[in-house]
Amino acid sequence: MMDIAATEQEIIDDFALFEEWEEKYQYIIELGQKLPKLDEKYKIEENKIKGCQSSVWLVASEKDGLIYFDADSDSTFVKGEIALLINVLSKRAPDQIISAELNFIDAIGLRQHMAQTRANGLASMIKQMKLYAVGLQHKNA
Amino acid sequence: MSITETSTRKFDVASVRIDFPILNEKPYGKSLIYFDNAATSQKPKVVIDSLVNYYSKYNANVHRGVHYLSQKASDAFDEVRFKVKVFLNASSEREIIFTRGTTESINLVASTYGRANVNRGDEVIVSAMEHHSNIVPWQLLCIEKGAILRVIPMNDKGELLLDEFAKLLSDKTKIVSVVHTSNSLGTVNPIKEIISLAHAKNIPVLVDGAQAVAHGSVDVQDLDCDFFAFSGHKMLGPTGIGGLYGKLELLENMPPYQGGGEMIRSVSFERTTYNDVPYKFEAGTPNIADTIALGYAIDYWNTMDRGAAVQHEQELLKYCTDQLAAVPAVRLIGTSENKASVISFVLDGINAMDAGMYLDTKGIAVRTGQHCTEPVMTRFGIPGTLRASFMFYNTFEEIDSFIQHTKNAVSFLNP
Repeated sequence: MMDIAATEQEIIDDFALFEEWEEKYQYIIELGQKLPKLDEKYKIEENKIKGCQSSVWLVASEKDGLIYFDADSDSTFVKGEIALLINVLSKRAPDQIISAELNFIDAIGLRQHMAQTRANGLASMIKQMKLYAVGLQHKNA
Repeated sequence: MSITETSTRKFDVASVRIDFPILNEKPYGKSLIYFDNAATSQKPKVVIDSLVNYYSKYNANVHRGVHYLSQKASDAFDEVRFKVKVFLNASSEREIIFTRGTTESINLVASTYGRANVNRGDEVIVSAMEHHSNIVPWQLLCIEKGAILRVIPMNDKGELLLDEFAKLLSDKTKIVSVVHTSNSLGTVNPIKEIISLAHAKNIPVLVDGAQAVAHGSVDVQDLDCDFFAFSGHKMLGPTGIGGLYGKLELLENMPPYQGGGEMIRSVSFERTTYNDVPYKFEAGTPNIADTIALGYAIDYWNTMDRGAAVQHEQELLKYCTDQLAAVPAVRLIGTSENKASVISFVLDGINAMDAGMYLDTKGIAVRTGQHCTEPVMTRFGIPGTLRASFMFYNTFEEIDSFIQHTKNAVSFLNP
């Protein structure tokens, strides 16, 4: 499996093919539509990250020292963003997740299209993913 | 305000569009379709130029200097109070207080009139369709004073229930604060009736006029409201300037708002006496440039046939509503007969933000989400809406494009 930096670079390369914001938007929507649905039983309040314009449900599990993320949203665009984050951060060791800088978000020009509230939603999602990693690291220490 | 104002003259959209330079912008290479006017209106060139002109020709502090620039700036600044007075048909310039906008105007009343008159066990009435800025200042006051916030309910069309309102009014009610035109539903409330019901019990009424001022003429004497709050940026003016109209008798008896320069007559460490109304409520150096630019916005309104402009907006509203209603996935939120040019809607199974972003990729600017009216969304059991709001400079062709792209968004997002 590629490391985080290589996975990020792959995403950056994919997005470099798009010239227009419209194409990036459509690609992210398609990623969102392909993201496997989260089982309804996980869509509970304690897994919910509430944003102003959309909600995210995030579930983490551990296997052999690696963290797996599953997530869903009522927004297909946010699901697309989740798909990118899962691609980068899922099935990783806690220390990798904690130290991930996630430069791809800026590099693919996503942030400039996000209103403050939405950027904060993405930020809370990343924060929550890192918190799971910190939690697991402590548990295993 | 009246949305039934009629005009025999056909509104010349093409000629007014020339006055708004931003309408030529091409986001992502697409022609801009600006349907987010309820959030903020665009500005005519005269308003934009007035800001540059002020800073390049006569920038100076007002009411302080003896020099030429200060005199010129003071004259230009003071003249705007008169323009606002005429614009709202207040009976005196002294009834016009400059604020940062509607939000500050409401906060001013809550923290001066409210603090002086609302006590433990008293009640403040707002409506179910208020913007957060006409809820939270009153909540803060109620928490501080141990008072109770009461809410006028609405029906499924987004219309206030006046029978219920009448029942809420009591000896405990100290003030009613209601929106004239809803920013998220478009409903134009029967504000005169609301005011007369409250006045029958000697209760003063604040009108949130943020949306109303740009979509028909407002006459505060005819409304007989006690306070009227508005924002300049929603009526072709710049951001950061707005106003509060208040009946002189009320203003004179209210304690000051903020302390500082301009609002005082004499200061010593033992005792300060306050300046007269309206200066008593305008501490510190005012927002001179934006106030002057607001004056230019009012001048612009005065050059227009406002009846024809409102009629054009009403035609846009009807044209767009009819076509949207015919799209199977669309559910309109806010279906009162009496609406300003605001259309809120949801698309079955589609997140409003996703659709709003789709429209953005086509150069179409709409608002998505709760529109700072979370209780309205809760009332209708929805997380948020898409909102298209029109100004007189919008066209039927823009609506055609908007409808087509909305249909495309539905098929793209819900394949």
